[in-house]
Amino acid sequence: MANALEYRDVAFSYGEESGFRMEHLNFSVQEGEFVAVLGHNGSGKSTLARLANGLLTPDSGEISVFGVPLTGKNLFDIRKQVGIVFQNPDSQAVASIVEDDVAFGAENVGLPRKEIGERIGFALRAVGMEDYRTATISRLSGGQKQRVAIAGVLALKPRVMILDESTAMLDPRGRREIVEVVKELNEKEGVTVMLITHFMEEALLASRAVVMNRGEIVMQDTPEGIFRRGEELICYNLALPRIGEIARRLRGGGMDVADALDVNTLAEEIAKCVS
Amino acid sequence: MRIVAEHLSYIYNAKTPFATTALDDVTLTVEEGEFFGVIGHTGSGKSTFVQHLNGLLRPPVRKRGKKRGPAKLMVGEFDLTDKKTDLRALRRRVGMVFQYPESQLFAETVFDDVAFGYKNFAEKKPEAGEVERAVKEAIEIVGLDYERVKGMSPFDLSGGQKRRAAIAGVIVTKPEILILDEPAAGLDPLGKREVMALLNKLKQSWCKTVIVVSHDMDEIAENCTRVAVFSEGKVKYVLPPAELFQHTEELLALGLDVPLTAKLVRALKERGVAIDCNYTMEDFIAKVLAYKGGVC
Repeated sequence: MANALEYRDVAFSYGEESGFRMEHLNFSVQEGEFVAVLGHNGSGKSTLARLANGLLTPDSGEISVFGVPLTGKNLFDIRKQVGIVFQNPDSQAVASIVEDDVAFGAENVGLPRKEIGERIGFALRAVGMEDYRTATISRLSGGQKQRVAIAGVLALKPRVMILDESTAMLDPRGRREIVEVVKELNEKEGVTVMLITHFMEEALLASRAVVMNRGEIVMQDTPEGIFRRGEELICYNLALPRIGEIARRLRGGGMDVADALDVNTLAEEIAKCVS
Repeated sequence: MRIVAEHLSYIYNAKTPFATTALDDVTLTVEEGEFFGVIGHTGSGKSTFVQHLNGLLRPPVRKRGKKRGPAKLMVGEFDLTDKKTDLRALRRRVGMVFQYPESQLFAETVFDDVAFGYKNFAEKKPEAGEVERAVKEAIEIVGLDYERVKGMSPFDLSGGQKRRAAIAGVIVTKPEILILDEPAAGLDPLGKREVMALLNKLKQSWCKTVIVVSHDMDEIAENCTRVAVFSEGKVKYVLPPAELFQHTEELLALGLDVPLTAKLVRALKERGVAIDCNYTMEDFIAKVLAYKGGVC
């Protein structure tokens, strides 16, 4: 079976002065996988995302989507399969009413009217916004707006969904809403997910995590595996998650606690050591 | 400057079908020299509250000599219910950094962008060299290299640098009170820590009072002297973090998060280990290591 996304020897740069270069990048995502992409600002995460559906074109190398190499000619077909949700909930809406906004993508690719109606229903149900079909977007919360943005992408029934820090501008409640929707789409609908994030809790939902640095993929592991490699994270300008830092400093103070990524495990470790 | 708010209420779209109460009888004092945290959900009224502090939103105003309503808002000597209050003078001394301030960068160079903030609020026409001195000082204190960035377009800076440049444009007037609405949101974890370190530096050397609106409870626990919790337009608590996060159950019931240290204290309590700390990471680690007379 072909990979959902495949980058073969990809090179890309934004021009000499930018200081950013991607060279010989090889990377693939299997169908149905949930991959988290980590890395500090400017490490190339968004570049990776935008190359996947032709928003950026590689200088050399090849990108394939389900085995089909991405070219200028099949760009629009590829975009139906690979949808991206961006960071800012206020800059992605194109209409003022929820259903019009969700329909935009589907109308754009020329689907029959009846089918568009069905897809709006499907997409809004999937993100839990069916009661807001005729609501005004500007009156929604940030989390609701992002769910509408996801619905707009879902209406095209993409097989791959990329979230480029789509929760960064949301409050904790909004973040949970989005992450739950994405997790469910991956598990129930089999949508392949690439989740770009700075939040450890979100990355832990993925089955695999990669770390980018200067346009290169420098670490690949399970998310748990990645967060245990604290020294490496620090040298790629990523902070150690707070919980890892606490465990490490307790060990530094002479307490024999194992690394933990969730509160209960660490509490259990501490309780064992002190009693 | 001390901030005293009494019986402050605010309704958006008043007298229309879309009327929403954002503040409901808020009474709150922020002392000079505090690192004050404001937390609450989206829509809890916290941004509405801080926007009152430099006159972007106003309580009902009255003419001088007329009887005042129940609402009172004093920021230092500025009476915000007085129609004649000099807002420019107030804004020179109360700086406001909005969410994602880098989206407000506009000038061709970093120098011009920061200088705009100075000239905009200057009392009189600046003297020769005065603007340059102030801009240089502001750019340097936010941790940017003045000689390198002054001629650059602000749009060529990295995300974290843009935010610093935007903050420089606000603090260039040396405000006594600096208010920031989610100053670290959207940055990577390292960028977040750098911004919080910058605020601590500013607090020590530049602005007397710092007020931050934040969703990040770890940031709040590590940095703030006191915290106000907003919910549905009302102030539920005003407490130092060490006392506030003893109300972990109540905060979770309000749908708010608590710092990691508070979650650990709670999970340890369930396991029969009582840790009494002030919820900073430093203190939590020290108290755990000192539990029952030390590591066994």
